[in-house]
Amino acid sequence: MNVQTPVAAATPIVEVRDLTKNFVKRLDLAGRMAAVLGADARDETVHAVDRANLSISNGEVVGLVGESGCGKSTLGRLIAGLLEPTEGSVHVHGRDRATATGSDAHRDRLAVQMIFQDPFASLNPRMRVEDIIGEAPRVHGVVPKAEISAYVADTLERVGLDPDYRRRYPHQFSGGQRSRIGIARALAVKPQFLVCDEAVAALDVSIQAQVINLFMDLREQFDLTYLFISHDLSVVRYISDRIVIMYLGRIVESGPTEVFFSAPNHPYAQALLAEIPRLDQRKRTFHPIEGEIPSPLNPPPGCHFHPRCPHAFERCRVEAPALREIAPGRHSACHLNDQPAV
Amino acid sequence: MTTAQAPDTATLTVRNLETHFFTRVGVAKAVNNVSFYVNPGEILGLVGESGSGKSVTGFSIMGLIDPPGRVVGGEILYDGQNLANLDDETMRGIRGNRIAMIFQDPMMTLNPVLRVDTQMVEAVRAHQDVSHATALELSRAALEQVGIPSPERRLKSYPHELSGGMRQRVAIAIAFINKPDLIIADEPTTALDVTIQAQILFEAQQLCRETGTAMIWITHDLAVVAALADRIAVMYAGRIVETGSTDDVIDRPVHPYTEGLLGSVPSRNVGGTRLTQIPGMTPSLLNLPEGCAFRTRCSYADSACHSEPAETKPVDGRIVRCVHPLLTEAGA
Repeated sequence: MNVQTPVAAATPIVEVRDLTKNFVKRLDLAGRMAAVLGADARDETVHAVDRANLSISNGEVVGLVGESGCGKSTLGRLIAGLLEPTEGSVHVHGRDRATATGSDAHRDRLAVQMIFQDPFASLNPRMRVEDIIGEAPRVHGVVPKAEISAYVADTLERVGLDPDYRRRYPHQFSGGQRSRIGIARALAVKPQFLVCDEAVAALDVSIQAQVINLFMDLREQFDLTYLFISHDLSVVRYISDRIVIMYLGRIVESGPTEVFFSAPNHPYAQALLAEIPRLDQRKRTFHPIEGEIPSPLNPPPGCHFHPRCPHAFERCRVEAPALREIAPGRHSACHLNDQPAV
Repeated sequence: MTTAQAPDTATLTVRNLETHFFTRVGVAKAVNNVSFYVNPGEILGLVGESGSGKSVTGFSIMGLIDPPGRVVGGEILYDGQNLANLDDETMRGIRGNRIAMIFQDPMMTLNPVLRVDTQMVEAVRAHQDVSHATALELSRAALEQVGIPSPERRLKSYPHELSGGMRQRVAIAIAFINKPDLIIADEPTTALDVTIQAQILFEAQQLCRETGTAMIWITHDLAVVAALADRIAVMYAGRIVETGSTDDVIDRPVHPYTEGLLGSVPSRNVGGTRLTQIPGMTPSLLNLPEGCAFRTRCSYADSACHSEPAETKPVDGRIVRCVHPLLTEAGA
């Protein structure tokens, strides 16, 4: 996948180049002994993210979609700086994060913040809301110490919470309110880029709508850029300007939202779109794609999707397709695009 | 009070069901005067958000309510009997045999220390007087029916050796294995990926069509019931607030809560505009507003909503529990 994503007019706020993350499970003692004695025991490697290229311009909302185990959360964590890449690089404002130093590095880290899926697990139950939100801006000197309290109150108000609640603990809030606290915590260091990892997945529909609306309002107020990670295509379609689809560690397609939804290119994306239940389709018959997602420990050779793909042919079993530009701003990784139109 | 006019042929008729939980801080009316029916071969979607009482309704029918909860009133009529009054032994003969349940987490159905074949054979022989070999063959056929590849091999597996989707299929196969009259499915696809969810919905649809089994599909996902159900019942704070055919409820909701719920679904809305949201949050069952439980979040509410709204039938085949049903939009 050496094709570079097109360079936007300005420097993209975040860009990842050939980003790869492997998780290796080392052999334990028994395994190493067995290996010495000639058994077929090896370290197990999961290619969570496999040479991903992605650039996100200022003000854009990118929806990153995939099923469990496809590496979308790992990619989000790499971009947020919570994980170190095995190979490749993350550039913030054009600077490589691995080589940036001093105040640049500091600023670039603060610029990218993350919002987590589980509003129960991601808040320290023993901290008061004002400390959860106020700790980071105090430590990083975002606001003077004397103004922290007023700043926390202001941040709470912006996410739609009553500032009178700031002395409370997380358990005293409902799921929707806790999501808002998580959002306030990320906003408190004045980031420019938010990685939202399934930020609304745990919420009921009516509460989910409130939080999605909040995301849209904040985007306008603070000129934010989002990477919105979700398995829910309807949420992503609603909120994103551009869609990126991942399958087993690889980006298989990306394109502007409406173009993508009207004509998905990759067979996996097509299958995914065909199978989301929709309100306007009644008593439909499902025609699911066969099989299950293979284990990332042992992905199929060639195109990862070929065992489930209705259009697979010989080349798909051997050669991994590169992510190529198929139309301006649209990329897809499928050998079918090299075939003459049928 | 108008009650759901159940046809005589209905597989299951629930009338004025009341399930309460007696807690230290008060009585939570998790299911409050709920009535509905389901016909043979029909899929009824029971929709609601967390805490609306949809799962407790399912557990009440199955007789699976544990203290401090109790079914305190109403009738659950199946095959001329009231399931709410049956003794444990008679209920055991029905549960898993005539009425089966599929849970959200398949590990709730499956025993982690027993192989799949042991569990399936046990389910068959608990209700049918057949040999082990016959039961094993039935199990194999059931696995095949739900689309499990190489069922012979899967029979010898333990649940942990199967993926989430496979486990849910095994759970579904066990639910269908005694050819029940009714299956209660409690969010069986919520934990699954989209492509796997589509496969499970496909199997469920096929099986209901082929066997004439009635189904109650409990979910929070309106899009799933839109694709699957014949009729929909919407629950809010322990009550059914609206019932009707799938098309009616989704295209022409009469209850303000249903309207709000539909407005909250992103796929209905165009990007760029704001989702119409329901303000506030679901009230605690221990501290419900007086009268209509939805009135504190409802934009149509006025003083008339302080008294309990009765069930009305604005249009044939629809039941709504609201003082101000949205009739103009319903287009009667």
